[in-house]
Amino acid sequence: MSVLLEVENLAKHYPVRNGAILARQVGLVRAVDGVSFTLNRGETLALVGESGCGKSTTARLVLRLIEPTTGAVKFKGTDITTLDGATLKGFRRNAQIVFQDPYASLNPRYTVGQTISEPMEVHNIGDAASRKARVEELLKLVGLAPYHAQRYGHEFSGGQRQRIGIARALAVEPDLVVCDEPVSALDVSIQAQVVNLLRDLQRRLGLAYLFIAHDLAVVKHVADRIAVMYLGRIVEIGEKRALFSNPRHPYTRALLAAIPHPDPSRKGRVTPLGGDVPSPMNIPPGCRFHTRCPFAQDICRQQDPVLKNGVACHLADELPPAGVDFAGGLAPNAAKRLALYAEAAART
Amino acid sequence: MSEPLLRIEGLRTVFRTSGGDVPAVDGVSLEVHRGRTLGIVGESGCGKSVLSLSVMRLVAHPGRIAAGRVMLGERDLASLSMAEMRQVRGRDIAMIFQEPMTSLNPVHSVGFQITEAIRAHDPRASNAELRNRGIEALKRVRIPSPERRFDEYPHQLSGGMRQRVMIAMALACSPKLLIADEPTTALDVTVQAQILDLLRELQAETGMAIILITHDLGVIAEMADEVAVMYSGKVVERTNARALFEDPQHPYTLGLLGSIPRLDEDRENLLAIRGTVPPPFNLPPGCRFNPRCPFAIEACRAEIPPLRSIIPGHEVACICAPVEASVAA
Repeated sequence: MSVLLEVENLAKHYPVRNGAILARQVGLVRAVDGVSFTLNRGETLALVGESGCGKSTTARLVLRLIEPTTGAVKFKGTDITTLDGATLKGFRRNAQIVFQDPYASLNPRYTVGQTISEPMEVHNIGDAASRKARVEELLKLVGLAPYHAQRYGHEFSGGQRQRIGIARALAVEPDLVVCDEPVSALDVSIQAQVVNLLRDLQRRLGLAYLFIAHDLAVVKHVADRIAVMYLGRIVEIGEKRALFSNPRHPYTRALLAAIPHPDPSRKGRVTPLGGDVPSPMNIPPGCRFHTRCPFAQDICRQQDPVLKNGVACHLADELPPAGVDFAGGLAPNAAKRLALYAEAAART
Repeated sequence: MSEPLLRIEGLRTVFRTSGGDVPAVDGVSLEVHRGRTLGIVGESGCGKSVLSLSVMRLVAHPGRIAAGRVMLGERDLASLSMAEMRQVRGRDIAMIFQEPMTSLNPVHSVGFQITEAIRAHDPRASNAELRNRGIEALKRVRIPSPERRFDEYPHQLSGGMRQRVMIAMALACSPKLLIADEPTTALDVTVQAQILDLLRELQAETGMAIILITHDLGVIAEMADEVAVMYSGKVVERTNARALFEDPQHPYTLGLLGSIPRLDEDRENLLAIRGTVPPPFNLPPGCRFNPRCPFAIEACRAEIPPLRSIIPGHEVACICAPVEASVAA
């Protein structure tokens, strides 16, 4: 498998200033603070973590929608942080984004057809007639109908709008699509439709996804590999199966354990992680998770652990096996009826 | 079981539009018992929030309760005057909302807001007493250094802390029933786990009943004793939490269960429900789920199926349930 994207030691720091004129810098928000990963062609890497962990900032840095403080983003071997003009535009054609909020990310004064053909116009692809044909093709690809091209964004439901956002991202045939929480704003039944669509498109078009999410259950469904972020750093990265069956970082364990499980017999069996995420303006010394970590020792308060063998934890090799068990699954009656549902849905 | 604390009977809440009255809640009957949690689950637009606002009599114009009763003991809340209702809110029934950011007043201190309900129901309480009771309330929701937090403002608190403050406010007058409308939806999962844990502990301490409104079946499994599944303003399935997950009956419930990605199994594709929730001004004839239902037959379009008891304690509004019987037929 060939590498499509290489992110090296990427950081984004925002100075905090006080006073109107001659503003003094009074602090530094370290939103992303040294992140490295690779993404292969046709692969999905999920960046997961809670609010403020820097996952969305990382996504924007990867697309160079914001400028990094330090670090490199290599796309097909070229560092895009130094590109400008035509070469930057060339990169943009290859890397697109689907946003979280399907209500805010469509221009209300554009028809769906205009929305989807705009990227093609920007990149001078085809003429008016071929773009029109391509819009119809894209609408069908995402499960909408060609006649929808004449309508406006407000005429569609949240799930349909997200399909329009996906069609727009695919219009220029990118290799990389950054999906920034693409289903978090949708109802569960619609979430499932969009997740299925994204997987289907990946198989058909060979897309690579950088998938930003806070919901590990959704991530389990779409990702090949997962990177868990905490306070601007990756604390654990690995193959999906390994990460779920043997989470090594205490934060990954806590995240997995905190997900409410749709099985009442497991009610209240988890001791929640205490405290809140510290402010990225005031990152704790040593391991940044030590203030909430149930295993923290002196070394954790003093030394910042480096990411080694996919985990950034001094104690990773000494921790007891993680107690997260995913045994269970659907109850027999539920499984039987869900199978009938799937059959009937396939028939009609 | 003993007499329920709250009994909703045939509640119908409508919104007046130029095209006539549009029902958001359409003939809902439910019971909540002391010390128990009733979970109400459904997607956006199913009427679950309007239902809770109806119980609190907080439905704003042009909405109104058109029919039904909300019995709290011997009193019908639906027929109380606004002045009488103010005596009920906070003291008998309290409510917490989804957005801890917007439901707190940014210009008042946390302490002022917590003691507001105490002042309203007990105007003679002295300042020192109010402060004590406010700090007590903050302690109860496990807020560290409550004496300091009492004088702080909402923007100085994290999202989880704000939701704790909301809960402290709601519980300040020891209500018998707490209505929690998506209390953890805006929170991160680790904080959500803390808040759910706190609600369970407080319920065990006080014996209050909880109506928990959520779209998340995981939260339902964590919290609820009884569950009502709502779709388009109607309850389509009602049973205890165990039975809902072990013996789900209504096709909509099945669709919801199939839509959620689970950590404990690998499925190629999620079982999505096709289509979307119909708007309340344009409901399909017959069963409201029929255009999205893979089991729908001609009879489903003819009339709205009533809730019927399929086994004792398990009601479902579907003529095809259990689906294996109708598929075989």
